[in-house]
Amino acid sequence: MTDIPTIWDAFATAELWQIITLSLSVSLSAAAIAAALGLPLGVALAVWRFPGRRVAIVTANSLLGLPPVVIGLVLYLLLSHEGPFGWLGLLFTPTAMVIAQAVLALPIVTALAHRAAEDLWAEYGDALLVFGASKSRAVPVLIDMGRVAMLTAVLAGFGRTISEVGAILIVGGNIAGYTRTMTTAVALETSKGNLPLALGLGVVLIGISTLISATAFALIGRSPR
Amino acid sequence: MRIIWRALAVLLVALAPAAYAADAPPQTIVLASTTSVDNSGLLQAILPGFTKATNISVKVLAQGTGQALDTARRDDADLVLVHDPEAEAKFIGEGHGINQRQIAWNDFIIVGPKGDPAHIAGGHDALAALKAIAATKAAFVSRGDRSGTNALELRLWKAADIDPKAAGGGTWYRDIGGGMGQALNAAAAMPAYTLSDRGTWLSFKNKGPLVVSIEGDPHLINRYDVIELNPQKHGNRKLAAAKAFADWLVSPAGQAAIGAYKVGGEELFNPSAEHPK
Repeated sequence: MTDIPTIWDAFATAELWQIITLSLSVSLSAAAIAAALGLPLGVALAVWRFPGRRVAIVTANSLLGLPPVVIGLVLYLLLSHEGPFGWLGLLFTPTAMVIAQAVLALPIVTALAHRAAEDLWAEYGDALLVFGASKSRAVPVLIDMGRVAMLTAVLAGFGRTISEVGAILIVGGNIAGYTRTMTTAVALETSKGNLPLALGLGVVLIGISTLISATAFALIGRSPR
Repeated sequence: MRIIWRALAVLLVALAPAAYAADAPPQTIVLASTTSVDNSGLLQAILPGFTKATNISVKVLAQGTGQALDTARRDDADLVLVHDPEAEAKFIGEGHGINQRQIAWNDFIIVGPKGDPAHIAGGHDALAALKAIAATKAAFVSRGDRSGTNALELRLWKAADIDPKAAGGGTWYRDIGGGMGQALNAAAAMPAYTLSDRGTWLSFKNKGPLVVSIEGDPHLINRYDVIELNPQKHGNRKLAAAKAFADWLVSPAGQAAIGAYKVGGEELFNPSAEHPK
């Protein structure tokens, strides 16, 4: 985007749409993975009593503030050709970015799902068991009962992934047309002194994530109990 | 909840191929390079011609020279294009690099505020300018990131017999630990002097109060070299395709493409494969 002065000109380029598509596919994939693992995990932590449970809960909560650059660096070392997983050839690919962001979002989804499920379990747990539900059957029921809170947990995870730049810059490399996302493009255009375009990209990014949150809440608001 | 899962699944199925199909394109090399050749727009301008001629596409990592060489050392790149003679010599000496060739040169400049607190504007002597900056304690932004530009800046201070960190670390000497663009943004905001390569400066769009203060000192020449990787240490990389790109850069076609790249009518890089500077 060297000679593109403003966001309005950028809209005419295929590059911007490709960047938006990549941002969404990476961040939604990462949030979906975090949701698929984190929701059942968070609810399970509320339902089952087992040794180490407190430790797991404290760990999930303390990892809410996982620094993206550190995750990026650790993954970089693991995925580098000199690292243990170098043979996978994943460094500087979108897949590496999905992994990094899923790791960042997982504790958020887990901790928030746990908090929501704990209240529900305290209130309805006995009733569920009386009506013959097993604990493993109770997990999806609790996710469904607390669906607005669960959605908030997933959207909080998505908010982390779509806005994140530190980790994907390291493991993705910000390669034009391949691993360049909205956030890394904003960082790049800022470094080129192209502040109007950087700001424009930022506004588009905020608009897209707002749209996704609004759509998700609209969908869940209408879904039957 | 089910509808959300369904929506997520649909999105995943729709969007995932876009991300994953791109994971293994045919004949793609990773070029570890510097921000100055990428952010200036040079690579973006010349790569389509190369890809069209050879069907090899080039993924560019824009890093500082030190980081680019480290990426190649770790076996994570296929070719390097950098600009720090000392770091390059070390890289080759360690047995990582072979067949170093100069592709182009331009120059470094010292830029600073129009107000010119150190009274150096219009000069052609970089060492005298740094001495004046230190003497007047005028603000100076250092990249501090082991890039080629940062390495030259530190060599210049040494040649001027000044230890800037001891003299002004935390006060007038401001090590920002960032890329060229970040350094120029910082210098424009403070305002402060800084050392920049001419390519990034010419294409930089947030100059603010900054103007060129010092240029034309022979100390300030900026040489860009392409270095291939040694097959003995990096045999599993795509060295043949990388060599094709290196060869193209120094070929008449590549040299013509480099010379043809202009910003605002100014040539940013002087092709110099024939007659290295």
